[in-house]
Amino acid sequence: MTDISHSGPVLAADGTPLKRSLARALRMQKLRALMLIAPLLLFILVTFILPVADMLFRSVENRIVQDTLPQTVEALADWDPASGQLPNEAVFAAMAADLQVAAEQKTHTKVAKRLNYENPGLSSVFRKSGRKVKKWDLATDGPFREKLIGIDDGWGDIELWRTIKTYSGTFTSGYFLNAVDMQLGAEGPEIRPENERIYNTMLVRTMRMSLIITFSCIVLGYPVAWILANLPARKANLLLILVLLPFWTSLLVRTSAWKILLQQQGVINDTLVWIGLVDDANRLVLINNELGTIIAMTHILLPFMILPMYSVMQTINPSYLRAAKSLGATDWTAFWRVYFPQTVPGIGAGSILVFILAVGYYITPALVGGTKGTFISNLIAYHISTSGNWGLGAALGAILLAVVLLLYWVYDKVVGIDNVKLG
Amino acid sequence: MKLSKLSALAMTTALCAPSAFAEEMANELTLVSWGGAYQASQQKAYVEPYLAANPDVKVIWDESSAEAVAKIRAMNEAGNVTWDLVDAVASDSMRLCDEGLAEEINHDEDLAAAPDGTPASEDFGDLIVSDCFVPQIVYSTTFGYRTDLIDTPDTVCAIFDTEKYPGKRSLQKRPIDNMEWALYCDGVAKDDIYDVLSTDEGVEQALAKLDTIKDQVVWWTAGAETPQLLADGEVVMGSTFNGRLFSAIAEQGQPIGMLWDMQSFDLDGWVVPAGLPADRKARVMDFLKFATDTQRLADQAAYISYGPARASSAPLVGKHAELGIDMAPHMPTDPANSANVHVYDYEWWADNRDDLNAKFQAWLAK
Amino acid sequence: MSALPPYATAGQRTWHYTFRVICGLVFFFLIAPIVVIIPLSFNAQDFFTFTPEMLRLDPEGYSLKHYRDFFNNDSWQSAMWNSLKIAPMATIVSVTFGTLAAIGLSQPHVPFRRAIMAILISPMIVPLIISAAGMYFFYSRIGLQGTYIGVVLAHAALGIPFVIITVTATLVGFDRSLTRAAANMGADPVTTFFRVQMPLILPGVISGGLFAFITSFDEVVVVLFVGSAGQKTLPWQMFIGLREQISPTILAVATILVAISIMLLATVEMLRRRSERLRGMSPS
Repeated sequence: MTDISHSGPVLAADGTPLKRSLARALRMQKLRALMLIAPLLLFILVTFILPVADMLFRSVENRIVQDTLPQTVEALADWDPASGQLPNEAVFAAMAADLQVAAEQKTHTKVAKRLNYENPGLSSVFRKSGRKVKKWDLATDGPFREKLIGIDDGWGDIELWRTIKTYSGTFTSGYFLNAVDMQLGAEGPEIRPENERIYNTMLVRTMRMSLIITFSCIVLGYPVAWILANLPARKANLLLILVLLPFWTSLLVRTSAWKILLQQQGVINDTLVWIGLVDDANRLVLINNELGTIIAMTHILLPFMILPMYSVMQTINPSYLRAAKSLGATDWTAFWRVYFPQTVPGIGAGSILVFILAVGYYITPALVGGTKGTFISNLIAYHISTSGNWGLGAALGAILLAVVLLLYWVYDKVVGIDNVKLG
Repeated sequence: MKLSKLSALAMTTALCAPSAFAEEMANELTLVSWGGAYQASQQKAYVEPYLAANPDVKVIWDESSAEAVAKIRAMNEAGNVTWDLVDAVASDSMRLCDEGLAEEINHDEDLAAAPDGTPASEDFGDLIVSDCFVPQIVYSTTFGYRTDLIDTPDTVCAIFDTEKYPGKRSLQKRPIDNMEWALYCDGVAKDDIYDVLSTDEGVEQALAKLDTIKDQVVWWTAGAETPQLLADGEVVMGSTFNGRLFSAIAEQGQPIGMLWDMQSFDLDGWVVPAGLPADRKARVMDFLKFATDTQRLADQAAYISYGPARASSAPLVGKHAELGIDMAPHMPTDPANSANVHVYDYEWWADNRDDLNAKFQAWLAK
Repeated sequence: MSALPPYATAGQRTWHYTFRVICGLVFFFLIAPIVVIIPLSFNAQDFFTFTPEMLRLDPEGYSLKHYRDFFNNDSWQSAMWNSLKIAPMATIVSVTFGTLAAIGLSQPHVPFRRAIMAILISPMIVPLIISAAGMYFFYSRIGLQGTYIGVVLAHAALGIPFVIITVTATLVGFDRSLTRAAANMGADPVTTFFRVQMPLILPGVISGGLFAFITSFDEVVVVLFVGSAGQKTLPWQMFIGLREQISPTILAVATILVAISIMLLATVEMLRRRSERLRGMSPS
């Protein structure tokens, strides 16, 4: 390099300095690579990333209170909930005016639904009042404080007004707090009453059961991967089909098969009763509980464990084991001190993959899990398609996604996403 | 069967011929319903005769009634309504109407009058619980039990008596009805149930009662689950819609008995989503008028044991289309069956649904 | 490793056979659910338990009625046609975009490679329920919810990670001097791609395509949200059937699907061997 710098820059064939020419070629190469990737990147961004981001945004979005009750929100700005006093007449008049407009447009039930998530019982106050306020004349029918409290004494409760004030912002932390069993109380975030706590339990259960499933997959997958890696190629490929067939078979088919097998009047119980291992009156409960989910999901995810383990074990040189034994190691020592450590990357890769897939499962737990064997995903689905509390569903989804992304990051660090192999 | 189909054909042509020329109507109709035997009865009683008279029309079924409210809300928010006519329970129709997500119906103008000229609003009477609701049937949620596995129960409280009636039970995965039955069986007088349930202690009391059988309960979400579970012997008794139980007993010959005590009456009917384009709406209204006339509602009762919602249909209810048995004794409204009924309070549940759902879900997960 | 050496001790012998039994049990666990549904699909009764006739191998106990039901029932047939309309389109979309991007990613200098890879793989990583709900709201807003195109796009997005993974894996072993040689001999980049590169990576592309196909063909969560009744696919119809009642027709469908899986599996295995032969490796 130093020689070159003395005699001036080296020139390429077209007369430009070689350094610049090379840089341009590199830039072109990068550009060409990006051009090839761009269509797909755009496609994924539009069809996938944007929808997911849009959905997660719902977990903090809270315009509805402001949009539906604009005058009330403004009037409440001066009121201090800590004073222990009900808001003044102006606030009640603003509420009556807002309610009248909202009831006309049928939006008061929507805001009622929103506030009801934070303070159960509010929904009924709004619905009841909406019907009556529609008929009022705002100019002459005051004072509204007595009139509103007359419809429902809920309006005389400071908590109601505090809830409206607390949730009048454009954004809210309410859904996220709810997703961790908390709420915004008078003195900031607080734990919810015991009979409303559910999400932490479910998140912990999801993690715990996913761990159990991952562990079962390791225990069942390890010997199979070993035998696949150590049999002659022809036999191994035949056995590999037994691993891949379930992997390629419809998830619903496998789940329904487990339903047939695991029922109390199902194949497994029938067989056990027939053999005489189990008394007909005390058939095993294998389904609609945690056990059902664990068995079915272990089966469904097992190929995801076996395949990475198998590809790692294939690369291990058998002479290491022979060397260890010839140096006097027992079978167990040779395995545990020499072979096993070399398979750890495969176990790691399989475990993270299985765990990531397990925490997001939804269909299988819904069909075989009953109430004890369902996952946080089932609650997300419940909030999105049944209860209509989309904000809470989104907040739960965001938490779940954060867990998964963290694991993905670990996976990429440990294994590298390029090293995933599928059969 | 043949005859009624023929007359249906004649009537449809008579009904539809003028309107078909009057305005442009879409030829695809997406109907949303519950699947199973109930949807089959709608298919046979309304859709097949309608299609016979309108061969160009294509009907697509969507078995999503259970998620109707959430899905219509999302479609409406996006301004992209893909459903044409939705079968919904009364309380869902009220929610949809309240939020402006369903079209208001002018019952006298949009629907056919009774054969004797009684306007539709009088023919349906009190069953029009919401302006957006066109009632079809009166059904009930009640219990079926395995006649060969347990003694014959005579009260709804048998579900809480695991000593006398051992085995699993199936209950619907929602607080409605279950909370009421729990309080009733915990000694609360029938008239006081909703007063008690309005208090926190009442909710605790109901959940505590349900706690006594929690590990014996299989929770269902779709109406056909209980008949299947009963048929398999997975449960010995369970709640479901009376029509599903009728199918299992009468049509499939399963060893199942009906327990009518404290059956919970409810209504089911059609709702038209708000915001349909004119041509699709025209088709929907045309179908709706046909599908809810006196004869069609009576015909439906030949396939499933739900009471027709029109007063004028009741005398026309005859025998089962295939089995030839009298349908009247299998209706939830039959005096012998309705000696002790639970009247489900729509208003109360509309107000308290979210709150109780949250508590119920939390209790379930515990 | 597989054969037992003649000098093995009694303990080693016992362990050797115990180990085989354990492996056999795990293989049985893997395959049992699939094996169990096949005979049940020929059940002559409308139940899904083995009847005494079936256990006696009495021909009376078996019938093809559930297969007839599948082929004669309108909702099953329309579901199958919907699946056959959606899955190939979704496969074409994901294979086209995916192969181009995989070639781009395998270039020696790609800026932000890790980040791009993470985004492209994300449909496989993000829990399905989150993807489904997100697509449901977003596609509703842009008028794609409940349309054929909407379902195809959603399924294509889900299939892309598989195409990326399999095609990049093939490209790892790709000898770049081949394209340079082609260019040297005067071939333009398009000719080089179709005549030199494509035939060599084709096995990877096809096996990625098969994964994408089966992803769409087997997908139920996203289609439940993004689709409407007009796009009811086979898994959707099965899901309804499973929730409503376990009718043996589902088992007949399942058996047909297993047969298709076996055929696809055989195809993939053949392609793998071909690919290894082409690249000059000895088939393992």
